[in-house]
Amino acid sequence: MTLTINDKEYELPSDPRVSLLDFIRHDAGLSGTKKGCDHGQCGACTVIVNGERINSCLTLAIMHEDDAVTTIEGLGTPTNPSALQQAFLSHDGYQCGYCTPGQICSATAMLTEIASGLPSDATEDISTSPKLTDEEIRERMSGNLCRCGAYPNIVAAIREVAEAGL
Amino acid sequence: MKPFHYQRADRLEHVAQLISASGAMAIAGGTNLIDLMKLQVETPDTIIDVNRLPLDQIAEEGDGLRIGALATNTATAGHGKVRSDYPILAKAILAGATQQLRNKATTAGNLCQRTRCYYFTNIDQPCNKRDPGSGCGAITGIARLHAILGTSDQCIATYPGDMAVAMAALDAKVEIKDRAGNTRSIAVRDFHRLPNDAPEKDNILEPGDIITGVILPAPVPGKQLYRKVRERSSYAFALCSVAAIIDMDEGKITRADLAFGGIAHKPWFDARLGELLVGETPSLSLFDKAADLLLEDAHGFGENDFKIPLTRRALAATLCEATGVDA
Repeated sequence: MTLTINDKEYELPSDPRVSLLDFIRHDAGLSGTKKGCDHGQCGACTVIVNGERINSCLTLAIMHEDDAVTTIEGLGTPTNPSALQQAFLSHDGYQCGYCTPGQICSATAMLTEIASGLPSDATEDISTSPKLTDEEIRERMSGNLCRCGAYPNIVAAIREVAEAGL
Repeated sequence: MKPFHYQRADRLEHVAQLISASGAMAIAGGTNLIDLMKLQVETPDTIIDVNRLPLDQIAEEGDGLRIGALATNTATAGHGKVRSDYPILAKAILAGATQQLRNKATTAGNLCQRTRCYYFTNIDQPCNKRDPGSGCGAITGIARLHAILGTSDQCIATYPGDMAVAMAALDAKVEIKDRAGNTRSIAVRDFHRLPNDAPEKDNILEPGDIITGVILPAPVPGKQLYRKVRERSSYAFALCSVAAIIDMDEGKITRADLAFGGIAHKPWFDARLGELLVGETPSLSLFDKAADLLLEDAHGFGENDFKIPLTRRALAATLCEATGVDA
């Protein structure tokens, strides 16, 4: 029984208590994904599973047989960052950086959600496709807290990538 | 986390037997259950993973819409038919949690989510819901999130969700398969219980029951609004919410289906409100009468006293928006 993280296969853990987050960090050794609250309140552990962002702390690794997980390491590298990774750098979208991997995984999936027309609580008319306003970005990113308060720069980074259609 | 066995249910016929075992619990999205297992509020011996069962479809059924038990909240809120014909349901779902959580949360899991009462989630505190007979810390303690209607001297917890409040306004039905394989359906309005003297029971499910879906009735005309009042503008539970389906004809109210969240142990539905409002010309004094009726038995526990005037104002604001009366 295996799951895939960033295109590499891993054997599922024998202890069912292992969260997907702990599996990513300890078993797979991918420490980019961060543990903040461990209760789904902060979003630092956000990863993308089969194309959708989830809190990896609130799911068990053993429930993810054959699933494809993408972590921050799978989005880009220091020499070849993704558009969002580059935009967070350009706009200084962080201070301490602890929430940043979760922010970027979350934002990556969020742009796909908007492109697919998924509404949010900020969408004026949910029968139409949402427009990417700052209000939409803030609402859709509300599952990712930043204790340093870098929110204005995070929004700016996401807006730049969205407007460039990258 | 206490050790547990993990088992995957591959066929619907097997689930009832698996979850009937002592100490077994079904897990779907897991966003509430795993959290509570980490806190040792829930300590199942076995968890039955039902995620691979074919219960995630959303499909038209008769004049209505069937939402599978395992349809994610994202899938339901994003579904074209839900957005066009049952916007109140999409709005309520989108007003709750975060996108990460909605991507995992399911219809059945959302219905069965536990209260967020601080005494329930803290095993060092007394709580009749978690540990029957241990007392209720909230009644004389911190009760900001707590109920103002339908409370008992055992428990003043609230049902925390938004989705079920919209479903109660829509008069949706929960479809349940029992241990013997028989299917029954029960109105969402009757699915959750009041605490009375058994607050450990959140809803009417019996051991071995499994929710297979929720049936929305044929779409009805009118405006559909979901107003949620909370401590911050996103990712917070309702202090009070109002789900309203209001239709008008020639200046008179012809439909008023109302349900309320955040104020009771269940999505609150009071049939008398519809009877009072239908046939009347909308006005602030009429809305005040509706609030009087809704809140005639309401009482607070100190910290949540504010919910009584808050609910009154939230109801008036919602009805003003729906009928065009100036607030």
